[in-house]
Amino acid sequence: MANISESVPVATDSSRSGLHRLMQRKSSIAFLMTLPLILLIGVLVAYPAGYAIYLSMLNKSMVRFVGLGNFEFLMGRDSFWAVVYQSCLFAVTAVIFKAVIGFVVAHFVHNIPAKGQRKWRGMLLVPWVIPPAMSTLAWLWLFDPSYSAFNWILALFGMDPVPWTGDTSWARFSVILVNVWIGAPFFMIMYLAALKSVPEQLYEAAAIDGANWWQRIWYVTLPMMRNIIAITALFSLIVTFANFDIVRVLTAGGPLNGTHVFATWAFRVGIESGDIPLGAAVSLFMVPILAVAAVFILRDINKRGNEA
Amino acid sequence: MAQVTLRKVVKNYDETPAVRGIDLDIADKEFVVLVGPSGCGKSTTLRMIAGLEEITAGDILIGDQVVNDVPPKDRDIAMVFQNYALYPHMTVYENMSFGLRLKKMPKADIDVRVQSAARILDITELLQRKPKQLSGGQRQRVAMGRAIVRDPKVFLFDEPLSNLDAKLRVQMRTEIKKVHQKVRTTTVYVTHDQVEAMTLADRVVVMNGGNIEQVGAPNDLYHAPATKFVASFIGSPAMNMIPCRLEQAAGALRVRLTDEITFPVPASRTARYQPHLSKSRLLFGLRPEHITEVPRHLEPEQHPFEVTLDVTEPMGQETLVYFTVNGTEICASVNPTAGAQSDARMALAADLSNMHLIDDETGMVL
Repeated sequence: MANISESVPVATDSSRSGLHRLMQRKSSIAFLMTLPLILLIGVLVAYPAGYAIYLSMLNKSMVRFVGLGNFEFLMGRDSFWAVVYQSCLFAVTAVIFKAVIGFVVAHFVHNIPAKGQRKWRGMLLVPWVIPPAMSTLAWLWLFDPSYSAFNWILALFGMDPVPWTGDTSWARFSVILVNVWIGAPFFMIMYLAALKSVPEQLYEAAAIDGANWWQRIWYVTLPMMRNIIAITALFSLIVTFANFDIVRVLTAGGPLNGTHVFATWAFRVGIESGDIPLGAAVSLFMVPILAVAAVFILRDINKRGNEA
Repeated sequence: MAQVTLRKVVKNYDETPAVRGIDLDIADKEFVVLVGPSGCGKSTTLRMIAGLEEITAGDILIGDQVVNDVPPKDRDIAMVFQNYALYPHMTVYENMSFGLRLKKMPKADIDVRVQSAARILDITELLQRKPKQLSGGQRQRVAMGRAIVRDPKVFLFDEPLSNLDAKLRVQMRTEIKKVHQKVRTTTVYVTHDQVEAMTLADRVVVMNGGNIEQVGAPNDLYHAPATKFVASFIGSPAMNMIPCRLEQAAGALRVRLTDEITFPVPASRTARYQPHLSKSRLLFGLRPEHITEVPRHLEPEQHPFEVTLDVTEPMGQETLVYFTVNGTEICASVNPTAGAQSDARMALAADLSNMHLIDDETGMVL
């Protein structure tokens, strides 16, 4: 008895101070402060992702577990591989053009005197700021086969009308064109920021060393911007690869499924054709492809970051 | 190797004048330092010689060629920048050889030049490193190495030591002088530090407000400044300048600082100062080291006077003492053993053979 009555207060005392100590630890406080974000990510990212994985393993009527059956089915279909090809073509071509155009325009804007530069920066950002679904609608009207502004201009010069969204090759061109128009300003603003961070004296040193305009870009600007170029390209590659709205509004994947990318095809298969598990499987195929790209580019940045 | 000539060179930024028409002849193999306070136009002048700034008016010649419209790369110059401006993504070797590679010089020749420059600067072990892995002093050497390998007609230095700590600055100063003695290339060097200017230069060009105040050998500027600005800018601690009156006294001249303190003007200067008797705004200039404790035997031009000291600053080899005359704070340099004490009376001696008389209206030394 005496032993117990003695040991009880000791136990409560130590457990209270233990809790107190736990609260005092920096890592506990840090965890508590990040908890809202962790919950947010859990609800908005982890749960849908997990649910998509679960869905992708059901049969069409969503009553039977089929394991990897949906994935096997997709691998065997030509239309799936066409979407893979189209997504890669779309993303890679669009990112290359966005990067080149963004780089060139950033140079022009960089060389505008500071007074007028804000105005130009603002105007050039407009395509990026307008909601893509809205601006794509405007492009759709420009591409209209009968009343198209573009075809009207071509007719003025006596040229044949172009089936902007009616022919597979032209439709792919149009979709990429609109994506470049919307995405290039983002590259421009990122490159402009990077250009402004290159010390002016490096260019002066290069000028004295005998470098001409092109050599200054090749030996000074590009190496100094390497990391920004890589990060921007990766970021844009992911967003472009997963693009939905432009393709959906402009061509809805047509003609003859010739412009479908992963997201639009997943929508077509899952929502419009009513096979939700198959649609989930299509969208999950993006994950390994993008993960590989991310690992490659980010590993390179780490390596370069150490030497710069 | 070549001489550099500036003829009535003017630089305006929009409407603001930065350089107001300067003339300067820099001889072949000469080491010239442009010195002045910030905003005096010295860096602009250097950048115009480099071709990094356009010239508003006038001519710049390198050798016999007018280079006003020649781009920097064709002027055959090399420049060392204040923040070194090394290419961060290149190794030291690549940094140094960059200019030569652009000129498509054969690799073997480049290697010979880089190795020899690296030996001069003692950076052979650093050739494969990136600038990030170097200390400030090492980066400075690499920047100089990049200039040396080009074997240019003219070296241009834009405040190259400002980013180094005090000890390293003194060390690199000596290095730069040694390098110049080895390679003997015409050098134009910009600094705001008058000590750097005095120690490095064959000739110092003192600039102020876009004009050249005076050009001369370091000792000439120190002992015979032409203007009030040069007198106050060159020398540390600065020259004392005390408002004074010039008086006639029995066939000789006298400088009156206060009712109590007057000094006779040395006989050799009487004729020179005589015409300025009537001037009202005159300054009496004397450097701190020419005001000392009273020696056992006074030299002919040394004149004793007594003051109350405000502050004493022991520096080791000398003690600086401060006192006030005519509302102006005066600094004097006395022997540490002379027993100077704050708030105490002390007898000092002014060496008038080194005095200056300055017309405060025109700013000219008389």
